[in-house]
This record gives sequence, C-alpha cells and structure tokens, in this order.
Amino acid sequence: MGAIGFKFVVFFISAVVVIVSSVLMITRKNPIHSALWMILAFFFMAVIYLLLNAQFIAVAQVMVYAGAIMMLILFVIMMVSLDKGHQEEQREQKPSVAKKVAGALVIVILAVELLFASILYQATARPGVYPADAVFSVGNTKTVGSLLYGQYLFPFEIASILLLVGIVGAVVLSKKHK
Amino acid sequence: MEPYYYVIESIIKIIVVVSVLMGFVAYLTLIERKFLGYLQVRVGPNRVGWWGLLQPIADGIKSFVKEDIIPDNADKPVYVLAPMITFTAALSMFAVIPFGDSFTLFGREIKLVLADVDIGLLYIFAMGTLGEYGIVLGGWSANNKYGLLGSLRAAAQMISYEVALGLILIGTIIIAGSLRLTEIVEAQRGMWFVVYQPFAFLLYFVAALAEINRIPFDMPESESELACGFNIEYSSMKFALFMIAEYLHLVTVAALITTLFLGGWLGPVLPGWIWFSLKTSVIIFIFIWIRGTYPRMRYDHIMKLGWKFLFPAALANVVVTAFIVALR
Repeated sequence: MGAIGFKFVVFFISAVVVIVSSVLMITRKNPIHSALWMILAFFFMAVIYLLLNAQFIAVAQVMVYAGAIMMLILFVIMMVSLDKGHQEEQREQKPSVAKKVAGALVIVILAVELLFASILYQATARPGVYPADAVFSVGNTKTVGSLLYGQYLFPFEIASILLLVGIVGAVVLSKKHK
Repeated sequence: MEPYYYVIESIIKIIVVVSVLMGFVAYLTLIERKFLGYLQVRVGPNRVGWWGLLQPIADGIKSFVKEDIIPDNADKPVYVLAPMITFTAALSMFAVIPFGDSFTLFGREIKLVLADVDIGLLYIFAMGTLGEYGIVLGGWSANNKYGLLGSLRAAAQMISYEVALGLILIGTIIIAGSLRLTEIVEAQRGMWFVVYQPFAFLLYFVAALAEINRIPFDMPESESELACGFNIEYSSMKFALFMIAEYLHLVTVAALITTLFLGGWLGPVLPGWIWFSLKTSVIIFIFIWIRGTYPRMRYDHIMKLGWKFLFPAALANVVVTAFIVALR
C-alpha cells in the first residue's frame, strides 16, 4: 500500500466519522450528548486538516473549537439543563408544518449546493499559491504567521476589532440587569 | 526499507517512554505520600515492603480487584468514557517533549523525542484542553450533586486559566522563534529562558498548578467541601485511571517547565536524559512541597487571581518581551 492509498484510507475513515457524528449530533435528545458528538466531529475534521499538511490549523481547530468553545458550550448546557423535567416537556411538542417545510427546503438547497460545488470544482479547480508541499518546506506556523501579519493584516485587524466589539457588547448587556 | 526502520524505531521509543512514565508515575504516588508525610512530621506509608517500596504495587492490585460500581442513574457510556479520555490525553501529551540529545545508533540518527512536530507547544495545549473533558464529563455523568459542582468548577477554571497559560508562553515563543520544542531547547544553549523570562516562569508555575488541579487550586476535587468532587462515584480501575492521569499530567507539566524555562536536556558532563530527569524531578518536588505548604484557595479568589492578576500580567509580559526583542 503506497502513501496515497494510506492517505485515502485515513481520509475515508475520518470523513465517515465526521458525517456520522454530525448526524448523531443533531438527532440526540440529550444536549450533552449532542455536544460530545460535535467535539468528535471537530476532532476528526482536524485529522482531515492534518492530511492536507495544515498542522497549525489542525491543532488550532482542536484547541479552539474542540477545546475551548465546546467547553464553554458544555458549561452552559450543564448550568441550564439542571432542570431535566422541563426539557422533556418541550421535546414532546410536534413540529408544525411550516417548520417541516423550512427544514426540507434547507436540506434541498444544501444538497444542490454540494452538487454544484463538486461539479464546478472538477471544472475550474486550480492549485492555490500555497500548496501543501510549499507550506511544508517553509514550516507551517511561519507560513500562517507571515500571511496573517503580512498580506492579510488589514482583515485580521478588522476581525480583532469585531471581536472586541463583541466583548464590549457582552459586558454592556450583562451590566444592564444590575 | 527506510519507512520500516522508522516504524520500528518509533515503536521501541513509544514502549520505552510509556513504560518509564508509568513506572515513574506509580512510584510518584509513593514519593508524594512519603514527602507529605515528612513535611507533616509523620512517616507516611511504611507497611508494604521496606520503606513502603511495594506500596504502589499493592495499590495497583487493590484497584484491579475492587468492585467496579456504576451508579443506576449515571449516563453509562459517558461515565465509562470519561476516565479514558483524561488518561489518553494525559499520556499523549508527553509525545512532543524532547527528553534527550540525539545520538547515532547503527548509522541512524535517533532523536530522543517521540514526535518532533512543528507545532509542538500548541499540541500540548490542545491535549490539555481535551483532558479536561474527562474531568468535566466524569462529574456530570455520575448524576451526583457534588460531582456536578466539581465538573462545573473544572470547566470554569479551565476556561479562565487556559487563556493566561497560553499568553504567558508567548514571551518564550517570541525569544525562541519557534513552536517546535526541540528548537526551543536549542535556543537555550546560551542561557536558560528562566533568566530572560523570570516573570513568565513564576506566572507559568502558578497557572500550571491550576491547570493540573493541584493544591492550592484543586477546586474540582476539594475533598473537604465537595467530598472528592468530580470523581466521587468512581471506584476500582476507573478511579485509578483518574489518579494515574492526574500524576501523568503532573509529570508532563514539570517536564514542560523544564523544557521551556530550564534548558530541557542541556547541561554539562552528564548525558542529556539525566539532566532532563533531574530538572523535572526538582520541579515535581517543588509541586509536592507547595501541596504540603499552602491551604486551598477559595473558589472566587481563584477566579479573581486568574482574570485580574495572571491575565493582565501575562499580557504585560508579552508586550514588554516583544518590545525588547524588537529593539534588539
């Protein structure tokens, strides 16, 4: 089995795990279980990033999404869902027709998008400026760093200001109640 | 043939590292109890074997043969999974830490590190956060009030201290210019980073104590108020897994402090791995010493310390370090 075959096997396994755990995530009744499946999905997405030689993004994915953000979500779920009986009651309600139609519509749109994307990718795909081999020769962290603080400095700073606005907003909102 | 040699070399290294680590962890429990005993003017365990030397083995047998209880109302899969998550994460953290110089054997250069990856430091952070899930889920899934309180505290503490922990190390990364741990060690050939970053060293020491949930920050466990917190319902080998993971984490953090601030395996005369073990043991001893000395902090004080002291201090450290490096 050559290197490409091995990569394909790893990709196949992790892709299947991501899809299955995403489906399980939206079908579980217990919110904590949903969160756990989501962590698994994030984790195996990181494996796919690793296959693309994007080590930095892979670890950032595990650290930020699977680690910090999901921990916050778990924390909030644990705080909120202490009252379990109330939750069961909410689940009993049947979804209305409008909800069903909206859900079906979203699924159709996503499926069409996926189809178009895969066809268009075959037709127009071209390698970017930073293919996996080029990144590997420079070093992953260096490439990400020089791009973020060089070519994309302005969007990066804008994003950080956006986050700052978010933090200030959260502080203002929580102060109001007092 | 080259890939096969690589695989064989890796497997041998993994077996050696895991068995040395597990053996060390087993005896670390005895060392800690002995040291704590002497610090509190008592003898510590001395019944099983001479100087209590067989105590870890007795403990191991004990945890294997005890009844394994799963509470009726527990969330069974999560309850079983939680100790495994913590243990796996704690064990895999050690993979990127270089524990010695490279040497040549049968014409092959062998590096004394399991995985010399480009993003080593980030990998350690990632594994550290994953390990915390086991603690949080373990407390929650047991369906016990104390357990839930313990896991809520663990989650809150982790979110607060992870931020400071990452920021503190940015100063080190700026000076070394790399996230690869072997390169960070090489950068300390002239001078240990503890000299360049004394402030960051102290801050990291405090934040690391919180990260591994040890006194004075052992909020998730705090036996006097939460009756052992997150692992309250665990028994038998599941409990033992939590214990082993805790000590593994302790060893790994001590090894990380050695690598980042105390020059890793660098040192005169003696071979690298001896220097590495010596420095790591000293750090571990200080951890145990702290446990014997300080009382547990109150929960809100821990949060205040994390957000209002460690976080701004780490930010100031980053700014000052970056300024000095830019001027140089």
